[in-house]
Amino acid sequence: MIGDLFNFAYQFLVNISFLMFAAMGLIIVLGMLNIINLAHGEFIMMGAYVMTLSVHAGVPFVVAVVIATVVVGLIGVVVERLIVRRFYANKLNALVATFGLSLIFSQGTLLVFGPYLRSVRMPLGGFRVGEFSYATYLLVVAGLAFVLLFALWLLFYRTRLGTDMRATMQNPDMARALGVNTSRIDTLSFALGAGLAGLTGALYAPTTTIVPLFGTAFIAPAFITVVIGGGANPLIGALASSSLLAAVSTPLSSQYGTFAGRIGLMLAALLIMRFLPDGLSYYVQAALLRRRKARPEKSR
Amino acid sequence: MSSPEHAVASTARLVESPHSFFEKLGIDGPLTIFGGPVYWSLFLLTLVAVLLFPLYGSVFAALNFTNFLINAPLALGLALLWGYCGVLSFGQVAFFGIAGYAYGIMAINWGLGPVTFLAAAGALALASLVAAAFGYFLFYGRVSSWIIPVLTLVLTLVLETFLGQTAGLEWRLGQAQLGGFNGMTNIPSLTVGSVSFNGFSLPLFYLVVVLIAVILIGLRVLANSHFGHVVMAVQEDSERTELLGYDIRRYQLVVFIIAGFLAGLSGVLYATWGNFIQPSSVGLLAATFPVLWVAVGGRRSLSSVLIGTIALSALSDTLAVYSGELAFVVMGALLLFGMMAAPDGIVITVLRFLAKLFVRRPP
Repeated sequence: MIGDLFNFAYQFLVNISFLMFAAMGLIIVLGMLNIINLAHGEFIMMGAYVMTLSVHAGVPFVVAVVIATVVVGLIGVVVERLIVRRFYANKLNALVATFGLSLIFSQGTLLVFGPYLRSVRMPLGGFRVGEFSYATYLLVVAGLAFVLLFALWLLFYRTRLGTDMRATMQNPDMARALGVNTSRIDTLSFALGAGLAGLTGALYAPTTTIVPLFGTAFIAPAFITVVIGGGANPLIGALASSSLLAAVSTPLSSQYGTFAGRIGLMLAALLIMRFLPDGLSYYVQAALLRRRKARPEKSR
Repeated sequence: MSSPEHAVASTARLVESPHSFFEKLGIDGPLTIFGGPVYWSLFLLTLVAVLLFPLYGSVFAALNFTNFLINAPLALGLALLWGYCGVLSFGQVAFFGIAGYAYGIMAINWGLGPVTFLAAAGALALASLVAAAFGYFLFYGRVSSWIIPVLTLVLTLVLETFLGQTAGLEWRLGQAQLGGFNGMTNIPSLTVGSVSFNGFSLPLFYLVVVLIAVILIGLRVLANSHFGHVVMAVQEDSERTELLGYDIRRYQLVVFIIAGFLAGLSGVLYATWGNFIQPSSVGLLAATFPVLWVAVGGRRSLSSVLIGTIALSALSDTLAVYSGELAFVVMGALLLFGMMAAPDGIVITVLRFLAKLFVRRPP
C-alpha cells in the first residue's frame, strides 16, 4: 500500500518536473517576447550534446551541466541577434523561421556528429521502496525543478533586471522611455529561455541515448504545457499546467502505457483550450488578483 | 500583401461590375494576384505541355514527376488556409497520413476494382471529419493565432507515435496490418477495369495533372467568390468582419476542412502511387515540407505555391541522392533565409518582378 502510494507520488513528481523542464524555456520566451520558438527542441538537444561531449572529455558531471547551460544560452544570444529579432512584428513568420532553424540544427548535428553519441551514465544510483526500485537522480532532478522555479521567481520579482524584463514585456514603449534598454532585455530573455532549454537537455542526457532528434521527445509535451499554461504569467503557467497535465498523464501512462498518457495530454489540451482559451496562467493570475483586491475590503 | 490599401482596393473592385472575360467566368478577380490573358495562355500552354510530356520526354521522368505532383493538392490547401485565411497549420501531413492509412485499410480489405474509388471516398471523408473535429476545438475555442500551428504539429507527432507502435498482430484490421515503423505495404492501387492508377504506368500521371488543374481553378473560383472575400476579410481584420455579422469561426472551420480534404487527397494519391504508407510520412521532417513549399512559393498566390511545391520537391529529391541530411539542411536554410529576405515567398517575388517587366496592366 505504502509502496503503491510512493510509486504514484514518485511518478507524479518525475512527470511534473519533466514537463516543467521541457516547457520552461519555451514559456519564458513566449511570455517575454510573445513568440514561439520552434527550435526549442534543438536547443534541448544541443544542451545534451554539449554536456555529453564535456563528460566524455573528462569534465565532472555538475560542471558539464553548467557548461551546457551557458553554451546554449550564448547560442541563444547569437540566434536572437541575427534572426529572431527581425520577426517580433509577425508571430507566424517567427514560427516558420525558427522551424527552418530547427531543421538546420538537427540535420546539421546529424551531419557533424553522426547518428548517435555514447550517453553518460546516470549518477547517484537507486533505492528501493516496497517492490519497486527507483532512480535517485530523477528525484534530485524533480527537486531541482522546484528550486529553479523559485530562483526564477526571485529573478523576476526581486531583482532590478527582473523588473526591467517584466516592464519590457508589459509596455515596451514606456520601458524604453524610462531608460530601459529593451533591445538588450529582449536578447537576455531569449538567452535565458535558450539556456534553460540547454539545462533541460543536459539534465536529461543521462536518461536516454543521445541522437540528433533528442529534442523531439520534448517538444510535444512542451508545446502542450505551454498552450495550456498561456503566456500571461510564465511561472504560474508552467507550474499550474505541468501539475495539471502530470495529474492527467500519470495514472493514464502507469495503467495503459506512455502512448495513452500522450493521448490524455492531447485531449486535456483540447478541452482546456476550448473552455479556457487564454491559458491557465491567465485565470490563475486573475483569481489571485481578485483575492488580493478583495482582502483590504474585508478588513475594513 | 495584406494591407489596408489592398482591402480598400478589393472593396472598390467589388462595387464595379466585373469587366474582363476571365472575371466574368469567376476564375480571375481581385483576390488572385496573377490573372488575365497572359496568365491563362501560359496556364493552358503549361497544361498541354505537361500532358504531352510522355510523348516527347521519357516515361520514366513522367512517373518520377508524378511523385512531386502528388504533393500539390496538400500544398494548395495549405496556401488557402494560411495565405487567404491567415491560419497556419504545421500538421497538414496528419490528414495526409489519416487518408493514406484509411485508404490502405479499406482497399486491402475490399480488393481491386471500382470499389477502390469507394475506399478513396471513405478515406477523404475520414480526413475531412478529423479536420472538422480538430478544427472545432481550435476555432470555436477562439485560441490565439500561435496556438494553431503548435497544436497541429502536436497532432501529427502524436499520430506518428501511435502509428509507430502498431507493429503487433493486434493491430490487424481485417486483412490489413498497420505494421508499426515499417508501415503498411501491398496497398492496392485505384483501379477501373483494366486501368490501374499505380506508380509504374501513365494513367496516374494524367489523373494527377487533371486533378491539380481542376483544384487550381476551383480554388481560384472559391477565392474570388463571396466566400473567398469573407475569408480574406477574416485574415485582414477578424474583429471588423465579426462586427459586420459574419460568424468567422464557421468560415475558418470550413477552410480548415477544405485544406484537410486536399491533404487527404494527396495521401490517397501517395498510397495508390507507391502501394505503401509509413509513419514517417506524418513525422516531424515530413511536416516541414508543406510549410516550406508554401512559404517559399508564396502563400498569397496559388500558382506560386504550385511552382514552389514542384521545384522544391524535385530539388530535395535530387539533393537526397547525395545526402539526406544535406537536403534537409538546405531546405531549412531556404525556409529561414526565405522568411528573412522575401517573407512573401521567393517564387512570388520573382514572378511579380517578371510580371512587371513583361506585362503592363492599366493602373
